[in-house]
Amino acid sequence: MRKTCLDAITRLADRDPRVVFIGSDLGSGTMEAFRQRHPERFFMEGISEQAVIGMAAGLAMDGFIPYVNTIATFLSRRALEQVCIDLCLHRLPVRLIGNGGGLVYAPQGPTHLAFEDIALLSALPNMTVVAPCDADEMRRLIPETLAWPGPLYVRLAKGGDAIISRDDPPFAIGRAILLASGEEIAFLTCGIMAQRAMAARDLLAREGITASVIHLPTVKPLDRNAVIAAAGCHRLLITLEEHSLIGGLGAAVADILLASDLPRLPQVRRLALEDAFPDHYGSQEELLEYAGLHPEGIATRAMAALKPRRS
Amino acid sequence: MDHHAVTPLPPTEPAPPQGNARSRHLRRLMVRAFAAARRGHLGSALSMTEILQRLYDDFLRHRPGEPLWPDRDRCILSKGHGCLGLYAILADKGYFPLADLDGFSRFDSPLGGHPERHRIPGVEASTGALGHGLGIGLGMALAARLQKRASRVVVILGDGEINEGSVWEAALAAGKHRLDNLLAIVDYNRFQSYGAVTSVLPLEPLVDKWRAFGFATREVDGHDLNAIGDALEAFPFAGGKPSLILAHTIKGKGVPFLENDPAWHHQSRVADAVIDRMVALLADPPQAGG
Repeated sequence: MRKTCLDAITRLADRDPRVVFIGSDLGSGTMEAFRQRHPERFFMEGISEQAVIGMAAGLAMDGFIPYVNTIATFLSRRALEQVCIDLCLHRLPVRLIGNGGGLVYAPQGPTHLAFEDIALLSALPNMTVVAPCDADEMRRLIPETLAWPGPLYVRLAKGGDAIISRDDPPFAIGRAILLASGEEIAFLTCGIMAQRAMAARDLLAREGITASVIHLPTVKPLDRNAVIAAAGCHRLLITLEEHSLIGGLGAAVADILLASDLPRLPQVRRLALEDAFPDHYGSQEELLEYAGLHPEGIATRAMAALKPRRS
Repeated sequence: MDHHAVTPLPPTEPAPPQGNARSRHLRRLMVRAFAAARRGHLGSALSMTEILQRLYDDFLRHRPGEPLWPDRDRCILSKGHGCLGLYAILADKGYFPLADLDGFSRFDSPLGGHPERHRIPGVEASTGALGHGLGIGLGMALAARLQKRASRVVVILGDGEINEGSVWEAALAAGKHRLDNLLAIVDYNRFQSYGAVTSVLPLEPLVDKWRAFGFATREVDGHDLNAIGDALEAFPFAGGKPSLILAHTIKGKGVPFLENDPAWHHQSRVADAVIDRMVALLADPPQAGG
């Protein structure tokens, strides 16, 4: 997914001279094609995220469209004030590409785990937050970022994620995508929870329970109409996110439901990471399973939530 | 006793020509805005008066009637709390009506306690959270280079402000990129909010620090219009390097009872009588024989 993203940015730079790339001490050889084709628009800066965001802001104020890439926690935690003031207050078209969203950096521990990046960045006015589920969706997203007004954060997954996304309707920032239809449960997903939702849906089908999967790659602005529509025709809504329970997709969905005029709200479960620093290492998959965010855990909790109403 | 080394002021014998009638006029405008709200960072603005005067009168290529003229020089007030000074010079230059000063930090005024780019013509960056301006200026200087514009970028920093690590990140990068279209000016008035810079977080040897980060430097008496003018005239101080002016100033300069008093870093609910004293102290002297 990351390579797809960076290649797509390189292609944008080929056709638009406003595109510049700024990394902060990325891995050796990263964006080599960009560097060779557009050396004057390629900046590999130091481990200095605050200055990098300011630099991106200054370039954007004078007409450039900077794509800034580094580890997600360093963009969202370290440089939060620069992101807020330099980018959001000025409403500048700077794109933040955050490596290792969620639990990707499991072996590296809490300093590198971006489990609250969506909450931090969604809280900033004018910010857009997108978490694609696979490389194909990333390939569709990046061209859309060129003309998008204001700052935008792209949360990258690990890479090699199973391809499940669809281009129907055509990808648009802020638009939900229906990945599968069912009657009783609606899974609302962002990022790589879409794949887990699809797998959980298969498990539930064996139990005779049908579920929709509504993928919301744009967490902010969230597709309100899609959430309302899902709430209107399912008994149970389950939000799924590789993120803290606080301030992520589930919270955004709950906000929409509470403010809606629906005569009757469906049952809602928000499956996310608890409000705690992860206390294990291992792999992303292991941490997801530990949090009950693997397909079996999701299906089990979905059935448990349905039971009282079915009996 | 303070034992930290302090850079000596440049030789000042005979006493340098200080601000002139125009400096007093600009200081009166700052006090006018301050009086409207009875609050603000007046001392931090007054110390920059001559710097702003020289920049906007003589150095910067700018068009008050066309604030976003692409080829303009950019001037970022990174120490955004000193905005009374910026508002005074921008109003004086005609970026917005002088009468706007009378609404300073009121509910529906464009002029807040820290300057905002999208509200005020002539303000290049919204600042106030400290340590942001040099990074933004770095980006603007790179943009000018990429676009082959002759625009120069000036960033005015406070001495307290440069406690922020983000300033030094940006300084390293400015040196790396050899940005000789970038000028940083430190308003070295030696006081920050709590007290003397030497007691809160000593900065010396300050010029050496900037040199070590890749800047070509000059020190001036920041109230000596000729010295400031000479330094600006010499910009860039070296090819392939960003420039820095360390301007030795006096916090609250021009209103003696404010000078060097940390209590005047920020004041609110200031009484009429106090403002009247400021106005009296900044009045033009009577004409000889008048």
